[in-house]
This record gives sequence, structure tokens and C-alpha cells, in this order.
Amino acid sequence: MSTEEKKPLEKVCIICAKGSLEDVYATLVMANGAVMEGIECKVFFTFFGLDGITKEHMNKLHTATTGNPAMRMPGGIPFPTMLGGLPGVEAGVSKMMRHQMEELDMPPVDEFLEMITAGGGEIYACKLAVDMFKLEKEDLHEEVSDIITIGDFYGLCDGDRTQIIFT
Amino acid sequence: MAVKTIAGAQVNVSEEGYLEDMDQWNEEIAKEIASEVGIELTDKHFEVLNYLREKTEAGEALTIRKVGKSGITDIKGLYKLFPKGPLKFSSKIAGIPKPASCV
Repeated sequence: MSTEEKKPLEKVCIICAKGSLEDVYATLVMANGAVMEGIECKVFFTFFGLDGITKEHMNKLHTATTGNPAMRMPGGIPFPTMLGGLPGVEAGVSKMMRHQMEELDMPPVDEFLEMITAGGGEIYACKLAVDMFKLEKEDLHEEVSDIITIGDFYGLCDGDRTQIIFT
Repeated sequence: MAVKTIAGAQVNVSEEGYLEDMDQWNEEIAKEIASEVGIELTDKHFEVLNYLREKTEAGEALTIRKVGKSGITDIKGLYKLFPKGPLKFSSKIAGIPKPASCV
């Protein structure tokens, strides 16, 4: 029988635990993509992922130039790990990546968060990680609705057409 | 590709119902597609639709960010105009291809 009923996704809950440029952007693109498709979306930032919602760091995220085998020079030549360790190289490469993303109309992190909440998405910070990094609510971007525990977050992930994504 | 009658006109549409030829579009067609997704078009909607059509004609890739900076409405406003599909539904109603953008 091919009368299988389609069950479209209704909610995605995304957990971002890493603070590199690519991890945070992967989270933001997935969250924004969900909201644009009319899918309810909740995002939980924890551990180093908190950099993505901390005012001081959010727009200056870096991508790792050492220990990143996929890192290549323009033109495709592998990026020597020794070079990646030199002062300023990681900052320079990260700046270049942010510039390239801007060209594709990818917004800076703070604006991206605003786009997600404009569509009804919700942003949360992990209480344990906020305490661990000795942060306050004021250190976090205005679009962060609350600092909650993982238990509270699971409570927001109800519904049988909900998926949790960990980046 | 299929031919569909929308607002009395024969138009070519994709499998998902996007117009294949943006020149076959008119305001009546827009209104009918909009009502299918539960939207009643206002002047503000048409401002957005015309903006999308202009940009598409110019070959520019569309994003909700670009619409938000167009001066017509902000992103919040865009979501109000086209709930649950700020780029998807607006493109469909504007008679342009399905957006290939993630932002």
C-alpha cells in the first residue's frame, strides 16, 4: 500500500556546544532554515557554544587553523599546521571566512539571531555553562530569552514530530 | 512541468506549484495562489512581490535578509505578511522560481 501518510517535521531543537565559527553558523543556518520553512525552532547554547550568544565574542568567532584537516589555502593547497599556529594567522583566516560568508548574504551572528527570533525562533543559554563561565544575563545578547537547565530545554522539546539536533 | 489554470489563465507550474515563466504572472494569479496558502494580499504584500520580481529579473539571489533591508518591511514584518514561509510563499505568490537560499 502506498497510502503512507506524510508526517512533516513540526519542531526542531538544536543544541550548540562548540564555539567555532563553523559550529555556531551551522546551528544558526539550521535554526533560521527551520523558521523560514514554518517549523518551530528552539536553540540551546551550552559550553563553548555560549560564545555564539555572548556579546563580547559573538561577532569575532574563529575557525581553527590547526588540527583542522579540511583547512586549505585559496587555490586548494593544504594549509600547513605549523603556519596555522603562527600569531595572527587564525584571526586572519577567520576574518576572511566571515568576509566570504557576508558575500553570500550570511549575516553577522547578532543579526542572524535577530532573524531567527523575528520568525518566532527561541534562543536559550545553558544554566550550568553560564555558571561555569561566570557569565551574567547581561553578558548575553538581547535575543536570548532565558537561561535554563537542560531539563527545562527537554521540556520544550515535546511533540511527536520534534527532532533534537546536536552540533 | 504541468499546465494549471489559475485565475482563469493557463500557466506552466512546477511540481510544487511555482510558476515556470514569471511573465505569465498577473495580480489575479497572485491573489489565487495566496488564498491557497491562506494569505489575503494587501498593497504591502504587492510591494514585496514586485521587489522580489524585480530582483529576480535582475538575476539576483534572494534572501529574507535582502528583503529586510529593502526598506519595504523588516524581517519581522515579512514573517507577518507571509507567515511560515517568508521567502517560500512570497516567491510562489510572486510567480518566481522556488528560492534556492538558506538565509
